[in-house]
Amino acid sequence: MNSFNNENCANCPAHNLNNLVKLGIDMSNFDFVVALAGNPNTGKSTVFNSLTGLRQHTGNWPGKTVGRAEGGFIYSNKRFKIVDLPGTYSLLSTSTDEEIARDFILFGQPDVTVIVIDATRLERNLNLALQVLEITDRAVLCLNLIDEAKRHKIKIDDRNLSKVLGIPVIPTAARQGVGIQELLKSIYDVASGSYICKPYRISSDIKGVNKAVEEINRMLKQKFPNLPNTRWIALRLLEGDQRIIDAVHSGEIAELAH
Amino acid sequence: MKIDTKHDDPIIATANKLRWEVGDYFHDSLIESIYKEAEVISAKVVTTAGKKSQFDFDKFIDRVVTSKWTGFPIMFLLLAAVFWITIIAANYPSGLIASVLVDTIHPLLKNLATSINIPWYINGVLIDGAYLAMAWVISVMLPPMAIFFPIFTLLEDFGYLPRVAFNMDNIYRRVGAHGKQALTMTMGFGCNAAGVIAARIIDSPRERLIAIITNNFSLCNGRWPTQILIATIFIGNLVPPIYGGIASAAAVVSVALLGIFFSLVVSWSLSKTVLKGEASAFSLELPPYRPPRILQTLYTSLIDRTLFVLWRAIIFAIPAGIVIWLVANVNIQGISLAEYFIRFVDPFALFIGLNGVIILAYVIAIPANEIVIPTVLMLTVLVTGVSGVGSGSGVMFELNNIEDVSMLLKAGGWTTLTGINLMLFSLLHNPCSTTIFTIYKETKSWKWTLLATLLPIMMGITICFLVAQLWRIFASV
Repeated sequence: MNSFNNENCANCPAHNLNNLVKLGIDMSNFDFVVALAGNPNTGKSTVFNSLTGLRQHTGNWPGKTVGRAEGGFIYSNKRFKIVDLPGTYSLLSTSTDEEIARDFILFGQPDVTVIVIDATRLERNLNLALQVLEITDRAVLCLNLIDEAKRHKIKIDDRNLSKVLGIPVIPTAARQGVGIQELLKSIYDVASGSYICKPYRISSDIKGVNKAVEEINRMLKQKFPNLPNTRWIALRLLEGDQRIIDAVHSGEIAELAH
Repeated sequence: MKIDTKHDDPIIATANKLRWEVGDYFHDSLIESIYKEAEVISAKVVTTAGKKSQFDFDKFIDRVVTSKWTGFPIMFLLLAAVFWITIIAANYPSGLIASVLVDTIHPLLKNLATSINIPWYINGVLIDGAYLAMAWVISVMLPPMAIFFPIFTLLEDFGYLPRVAFNMDNIYRRVGAHGKQALTMTMGFGCNAAGVIAARIIDSPRERLIAIITNNFSLCNGRWPTQILIATIFIGNLVPPIYGGIASAAAVVSVALLGIFFSLVVSWSLSKTVLKGEASAFSLELPPYRPPRILQTLYTSLIDRTLFVLWRAIIFAIPAGIVIWLVANVNIQGISLAEYFIRFVDPFALFIGLNGVIILAYVIAIPANEIVIPTVLMLTVLVTGVSGVGSGSGVMFELNNIEDVSMLLKAGGWTTLTGINLMLFSLLHNPCSTTIFTIYKETKSWKWTLLATLLPIMMGITICFLVAQLWRIFASV
């Protein structure tokens, strides 16, 4: 059981033992790949900066990061490469930035995907989080801007949220460096496999398409028995997502099997 | 749309067949179910208590800065204030840097070169060409950038940019472009190449192309120094000295607004002709206002923007400086290459209210707009044979006060019309080579790259021509 009692932890001398080594852009021979996903303007770049020691420009407007920024850090003697993805509201549409984010989480197969969420806009941000959990098994929810939420008198039961989503949920205020240690530990736990995620999956009950999805799903499972979430791929095929169609056709999709 | 139900892959064939059966609502019901589940989960874990006083304060600012009546005036005033501060504050450090790099170090290097017997042409290419071009770029660009970028970044961190987009959204939609083009346009005020890349945030390929092609109409930082200097000489001097700063700032803001106007007109023409289509809807989130962290902002804007842009300018200025020295010093039958070119284009250039020197400067400055002014000054000395300024022909130099520059340009036959048209041409000409290359990388099409390159030049020539004709009509009355 993780404890999020920040004040006591911060006073404990053991707290900073697993010292974070910020590697900046040195990403040679990494052990784990971490992806940073999230809605625009939730502080992804700030989280990225505090983990890598880089000073990527952060701006208070949606759409600031349109490419991918990469950096690295060492935590608990493991080298992590971290990729800051463009902020998007969903992974379902076709704009270039959403495709970059989606393709990286799906085909780049990061060891952990950190979903950065604006705690003052939980409901809206969860839409993306749920979509990320559809395509990956290993994720950490970073409940950022918790200080702003506190100022607005919004309380979030992070333990309950973690139970519902089946992944670690870490409240942070990245601008002030609050919660970064806890975030690092969770990233490490999920990456090393000591925390097994049981990600929430969108209920299969989508009006009128269940039969169709099931049919495609069955065929996919037969052809690619090791694929983790064939139902999501079936949904994408049904929607006519060209990238996924190509990946199924070429067999590239089979590489996603663990 | 191509529906291939006989796809050779059985899975895809099945999916294509079933897609017909599930119909169009499928995408919507999928999104609906995601939204519903997000709502259920968030209802379980979120509790809100007490009054939301902070939200009301945000709302109050939003009401003012995005209001129909006060939104635009506040935007223009903020813009004007930023330029005014930049113009006033950059003057002194510019002179200081120039006096060190140009007046002190340059003669030292020259003496050193002479004392160790370096051949005159190597000495000329390296010290009078490459070094001076670099020194000029640093002294002219560093101070305005070091002032402009942090102020701009502070506004950005505070959360003002999305409000600008919000204000402009309606106008862009009415001309058939995407509302987010307001954001990419704002990015273009810093650097057009960055603005072109930023167009990735636009979903529809049609609207993204429009945003890419029209980004060049945002005055980039390489062009601000030209605008500011020429406005100070030719516009600021039209009014009594105390109003000089305000008049020049107003002239620069007008050119910037004219750029926005042209970007709207061109977007409209494109969306009515080659890029037909309806504007797509999007939701723009207005982020909460956040107090900017001043020190961090200063640091990141200095590293990420100021030094980044300056470095690029220096890299391009060095070879350009060499080219300038060569065209001014390689003679055929006693006349330099530069003079041949200038004499050749002068009739046409004067006809549209510019001159051959300006045209040659823009040819040399394709890699970087930043070096237009130094090139213009150097070539003017060469052509007019003015003596007693700078270090002689073919040498790029810094004139330490604006009166010197003003006298030199007027001796070169410049009038207020030349000044105004140079400001217009600086707004309307081809993008710099980095931007052209970025446009190609983003569009993967030579056709659109060519259009984005040639369209502004054609417009620039046309507008300068019209202004020159009007000017001559009114001047003769």
